[in-house]
Amino acid sequence: MRVIHASYASHCSTRRKLEKRPGISYSSLIHTKTRTVHDAMSNTQASVAVNGLYKIFGGDRDQALSLLEQGRHKDDIFADTGITVGVHDASFTVNPGEVFVIMGLSGSGKSTLLRMINRLIEPTAGQVLLHGQDVSKLSQKDLVQLRRREMAMVFQSFALMEHLKVWENVAFGLEVAGVHRERRRTRAMDTLDQVGLKPYAETYPDQLSGGMRQRVGLARALAVEPSVMLMDEAFSALDPLIRAEMQDELLRLQRDSRRSVIFISHDLNEAMRIGDRIAIMQAGAIVQIDTPKNILHKPANDFVRSFFRGVDLTEIYLAGDIARRDEALIIDAGTTDLRGLLPRLRGAEHQVGYVCGTERRFIGMVSVASLMQAVESNAASLDAALLDTQPVAAGSPLSGVIQAAAQSDQPVPVVDNDGAFRGAISHAQLLQTLNQKPGHEH
Amino acid sequence: MNIENGHIPVGDAIDALVEFLLNHFQPLFDVITTAIGSLTDALASTLLWVPGWVLTLLLAALAWGRVSWRFGLFTLASLSLLEGMNLWPESINTLALVLAATVVSLAIGLPLGIWAARRDAVDRLVRPVLDFMQTMPAFVYLIPAAMFFGLGRVPGVIATIIFSMPPAVRLTNLGIRQVPKELVEAGQAFGCTPMQLLFKVQIPTARKSIMAGINQNIMLALSMVVIASMIGAGGLGKEVLRGIQRLEVGVGFEGGIGVVLLAIILDRITQSFGDAHHTSVTRRLKALFSRNTDNR
Repeated sequence: MRVIHASYASHCSTRRKLEKRPGISYSSLIHTKTRTVHDAMSNTQASVAVNGLYKIFGGDRDQALSLLEQGRHKDDIFADTGITVGVHDASFTVNPGEVFVIMGLSGSGKSTLLRMINRLIEPTAGQVLLHGQDVSKLSQKDLVQLRRREMAMVFQSFALMEHLKVWENVAFGLEVAGVHRERRRTRAMDTLDQVGLKPYAETYPDQLSGGMRQRVGLARALAVEPSVMLMDEAFSALDPLIRAEMQDELLRLQRDSRRSVIFISHDLNEAMRIGDRIAIMQAGAIVQIDTPKNILHKPANDFVRSFFRGVDLTEIYLAGDIARRDEALIIDAGTTDLRGLLPRLRGAEHQVGYVCGTERRFIGMVSVASLMQAVESNAASLDAALLDTQPVAAGSPLSGVIQAAAQSDQPVPVVDNDGAFRGAISHAQLLQTLNQKPGHEH
Repeated sequence: MNIENGHIPVGDAIDALVEFLLNHFQPLFDVITTAIGSLTDALASTLLWVPGWVLTLLLAALAWGRVSWRFGLFTLASLSLLEGMNLWPESINTLALVLAATVVSLAIGLPLGIWAARRDAVDRLVRPVLDFMQTMPAFVYLIPAAMFFGLGRVPGVIATIIFSMPPAVRLTNLGIRQVPKELVEAGQAFGCTPMQLLFKVQIPTARKSIMAGINQNIMLALSMVVIASMIGAGGLGKEVLRGIQRLEVGVGFEGGIGVVLLAIILDRITQSFGDAHHTSVTRRLKALFSRNTDNR
């Protein structure tokens, strides 16, 4: 319960500070913050809780803190005193099993923030709680133990040891922890199997491609079975195709066994794709924390909004998000009176009907034209009238819907995982969604 | 110690210092003399005890395994030539002097380089001393060395140690400083203690640079050992010196060629240890083996 109190106290103090700071809409933050506190209560304990974390580089720490308290911008402080404010009052919690993305431009302090969590960089002020334990107060000896057991890190440049074989790299964390050679080899092999690199165990990293090397980096982190994974721009050095592949890999690994992941990125598409929640950093401070969709709909300020200018909406929205059922005509698959169906179909939206079986299992679509043809040939069941349409899964991104929509004039039917009819997306609706600007509800 | 005729008596000061050291630290010099003398003698007598052809074959095999079969043949031919010129004992003596000097200068130089890489203050202190050691003409070391340690092998080895140590310190320092930051962070993030970080991450990653330092150390030692023959260190240098003193070009050249051949063999073999894991003997054999099985 200590975490919740601390986090709540910080929430209140953040509020006081934020009200003094211009340019940040607090109303959008309070929503997030309350939700975070609430989440922390619903899960017995957050994995990582960061409270009021500061990093000041060079110069007088108290002077810098008091200038920040006065609401001075970090650029002004640097110009006047030569003190660099790396991270300014960062607070957030990461829930167990959550992928938490920290986003920002280069120089926004996101890498510094990440490195303060495992103390590769010592925080100037503030708290980092891991399962309720204050990491910033640990002795060097305890810190080493904590790094060996609880946290693992994946690096942008992969940071593999070129003198070690692939499996030895994967076993590195276990080796420094003093695990017996046979046991760490077994564990390394299992982990390499998980990322699909077992056949390469005996090779050296310089014989692998970039994507494969980062799989080794990922396996090295997974091998120590950490409760928290810190990923520093882990996929930024990879080319776009491989990057998408690695994002899928991470999501797949998360499905198999959920870990808390803190992921640094400067790529919004990536953040939207893999993040359960995103924190956006600007000039050393966190300006917004929320789910990807909420950030898209209610950006906290113009800076956040500007982030979304280049974002690919077709990757953010899923078919299930915009499929609508309220106007759709649903026809029972057992109907035999085809002629009697015609007037209903003529009156329906887009003049199409969706044929469903028991428990609304989607069977197919009929149009006025296809139904008339079936009636003329005296068909006995609806089967003869079904159009040749493939439904789209609710979980697929809009890019998939666009493909389906391009192939027919009819709305695109959307089904759930179990094949139940979820609704349909008309061409007009698709265009409307793609045309929207961030920050506006559709 | 007066300034006379516009001459600043730096030399007098040095003389006084040497005098002082000789008077007060003779027991220390005796200990060093004994230690280095017995190390060099042990190395020389061991290498001479092994029959020449055995040592030749061993070195040729090492050259084949580490470098290439061509270089193995070259080593075989070179060492046979040395034996053929009746310069085998001289060559072995030179080798023993080089090895003894290298062992001692690495034992001091590598830890010093590591220390300088970890502490900027040490680096600032060590740097000018190394500059001094490297640029001071090599002959100058011979005088105090002979005064402190007498004539013979020991002062030769000591002058060689001083002359050849700087590259090992410098390149170790540089190599460790050049280990990528993220690699050091990776080591720390996975829970290395400072010692583990040094031995499992920094030194292996800096290996190429450190091995280049060791290689340079050996090369400089070889060149100094020849000069050290002037104070009676013996070996191939003695032949060169005799050639000069008697104006016998042939004798001088025989010794010279011996030095060159030894230098090439030592250089290529030590260099091969600086290359990445590719050239390790086991890997080479594995590659050979898999090629054979592929052919079947």
